[in-house]
Amino acid sequence: MNMDDILGRTFVYLLAGVIAVPLAKRLGLGSVLGYIIAGALIGPGVLSLTGDVAEVGHVAEFGIVILLFLIGMEVRPALLWQMKGLIFGLGAAQMLAVAVVVTPVAMMLGLSFPVALTLSLILAMSSTALVMATLEEKGQRSGSIGRACFGILLFQDLSIIPLFLVVPLLAADITTAAGDGGIAGWLLGGEALAAVVLVVLAARFAVRPLFRFIAATHSREVFTAAALMLVVGVAAVMTLVGLSPALGAFIAGVVLSETEFRQEIESDIDPFRGLLLGLFFITVGAGLDLDLLRREPLAVIALALGLMLAKTLAMYAASRAFRFRPLEAISLAVMLAQGGEFIFVFIGFAGQYALLPEHLSRLLPATVAISMLLSPLAMLLLDRVIRHRTSTVPQAAPDTQFEDRVDVIVAGFGRFGQIAGRLLQANGQRISIMDASLTQIEILRRFGQRVNFGDATRLDLLRAAGAETAKVLIVAIDDREQITQLVETARVAFPHLVILSRAWDRRHAYELLRHGADHVESETYESSLAIGMETLIRLGFRAHRAHRSAALFRMHDRALFGRNQPSSPDETGFLQASKAAATTLAQLLAADLEQERSHRGQDEDWGTQGLYGELSGETTASPGE
Amino acid sequence: MTDTTQSPILVRPAETVATELRASPPRCLLVVAHPRLDRSTVNARLVDAAAGLAGVEVHDLYDAYPDYQIDVAAEQERLRQHDVIGLQFPLFWYSVPALLKEWLDLVWLHGFAYGGRAPSLAGKVLFCTASTGGDAHSYREDGRNGHSMDEFLRPLERTAVLCRMRWAEPYLLHDAPRLQGEKLEHAAGDYVRYLDALMREAAR
Repeated sequence: MNMDDILGRTFVYLLAGVIAVPLAKRLGLGSVLGYIIAGALIGPGVLSLTGDVAEVGHVAEFGIVILLFLIGMEVRPALLWQMKGLIFGLGAAQMLAVAVVVTPVAMMLGLSFPVALTLSLILAMSSTALVMATLEEKGQRSGSIGRACFGILLFQDLSIIPLFLVVPLLAADITTAAGDGGIAGWLLGGEALAAVVLVVLAARFAVRPLFRFIAATHSREVFTAAALMLVVGVAAVMTLVGLSPALGAFIAGVVLSETEFRQEIESDIDPFRGLLLGLFFITVGAGLDLDLLRREPLAVIALALGLMLAKTLAMYAASRAFRFRPLEAISLAVMLAQGGEFIFVFIGFAGQYALLPEHLSRLLPATVAISMLLSPLAMLLLDRVIRHRTSTVPQAAPDTQFEDRVDVIVAGFGRFGQIAGRLLQANGQRISIMDASLTQIEILRRFGQRVNFGDATRLDLLRAAGAETAKVLIVAIDDREQITQLVETARVAFPHLVILSRAWDRRHAYELLRHGADHVESETYESSLAIGMETLIRLGFRAHRAHRSAALFRMHDRALFGRNQPSSPDETGFLQASKAAATTLAQLLAADLEQERSHRGQDEDWGTQGLYGELSGETTASPGE
Repeated sequence: MTDTTQSPILVRPAETVATELRASPPRCLLVVAHPRLDRSTVNARLVDAAAGLAGVEVHDLYDAYPDYQIDVAAEQERLRQHDVIGLQFPLFWYSVPALLKEWLDLVWLHGFAYGGRAPSLAGKVLFCTASTGGDAHSYREDGRNGHSMDEFLRPLERTAVLCRMRWAEPYLLHDAPRLQGEKLEHAAGDYVRYLDALMREAAR
């Protein structure tokens, strides 16, 4: 493929997506369907603009790999453990139920029992890319349906490993080239296990030092490159041993979910996921065997509908057995009714061993592709029916466990942020901590504090830290300019956030308020006041009086701060304001001191002076008036 | 009637108090002193009910002065603006909670609240709303506490007299730990009628 070709085709793909997706969304069909239709239109069947679809398909499948990697990063091992019931219970139930329904049909088509069983298990798989993308678009990913889907899809991905091992064994039963198939299969198993172990170990021990090294260079694009390299590398290793690269990426993601680089990596490679997934759906569309469809439309469509119906029924039964309510069970069943991408891989793989009759191996991919096309339509239809039948659409309850929802984000966890953060944690608040200093993170980790690496002034990282759902942002970073920048960015992007900020000095404080901070604290104010109070005590003041003096000072000063906000942000405005403030404060404090001096041994605040005066026959001015 | 829509915790800390005072003052200032209003059921419900009543300003002392640093000038101004002054509190050691006592000590000064020719609070109504843990019977001469509530509230009554205010019959809620559900709702309704009657009377 020469340069012109690449540019031309890239343009065609992008153009198709740019036109079809907004159209599909406007028609209420969702972006997945938009991509598939766009793919079908530019594919060999209609306009023939795509060139070698299989080649592009390989690139596109990488979108699924990144998707799974990102999902893995959001799923902590602990969460995975919590979901074990969904993964191994519901997931296994789904595959078994589908197998029970589909295997007899496959045997009627003339396949032997083992082959029919294997095929039905593979047909039981659903399209991870399609389902997750749809869930995300509907905002249901963390609801009960989203979690169930995720558990099942994860089990399906896991089951690819044994299926890969079984296929060569099946071949050994049928073909005459008996022995080596089986041995190779078991060898494959060993390699697979070794590869998974390798990925886990590498992610656990090699990746952190690598990212630390890169982060220290403060070069963002190298960080992105490294993140991509990681995913590509894992995918390559997995493909080498014949495992699903998506599964490998998922494992790597889970292992990396515990590191401080999680949010940064997520934000950096997220755009690739979206683009490549789109590309993937286009290739599914382009890969539609329209020829076959034209010749045997009834056979393909009947097969696709039959498959979807069978899977829906099986899944409905399985999820009812797992005590899902009927409405949820139906949604789950329809959501997972389409065939998965793995069939394309399997057909190629099975072809080597001549497991399937030639006609069937052409029909199956077309069937699955059609089911992928029909599936968004079915979901759409179901939504309509549900909405029609129940006035209140069953909303997935917000789930606090699937995502780490926090109420407070602490940006900067150095000398300033730590104290506020610890107070919040001591009061049982879940906080999300960001810091850009690796040494700082390393120290905090030693104390068991989870800190995410990242520059808080970056909007995407702020979002990854949970700014969209959090209530309060504490700006506690060091640099004066960056504080201002962060307050400004956060105010515009997240109007709902309460922004509390550290301020360098009074002028900075005004500046921050002008940029939308809800409250500011001058960073040295309180400690300086405390030293002043301590000094008064050491000079012989009673502690209570010193304390009250400091409190009075603070009260006056804060009131003046509020009243003297400069009208103009420039130097003169500020100088005028601060000069006025200083004068008034001096006057107020002098007046307080005067009162203090003038009385005769009685503390004015507890008001005995006037009373004693009245009792001794004098007339003094009443202090309260 | 702006304050009917406001929450009980409507008074901001010291520095903003002065600017928030309105031109046409509500008639009744309900000073609430409960260190754990967030965990309270009886007092919180009563405050809620009172806040819904037109002309009542609820002033949550522990929310306004968590550090006990009371803004005396602002508090005196607030008192001047109201005709009926209420003190609502749970009875602690047969007396008022510490911050309410501090508020009285600091704000009700000679020359402002009493003494001199024209003390600022003269003619206003003073009442109190007290919740107790013991039942009504325990606050009798022959009960476990040995004295009536009138006896225990005598200092507040004398405060009213010294300041030339009108002392109103206190609103008492005994047996607070067991006051729930239906009974509490009933008490809340009762409280609203009590406050309403006080304000009507003060207007005459």
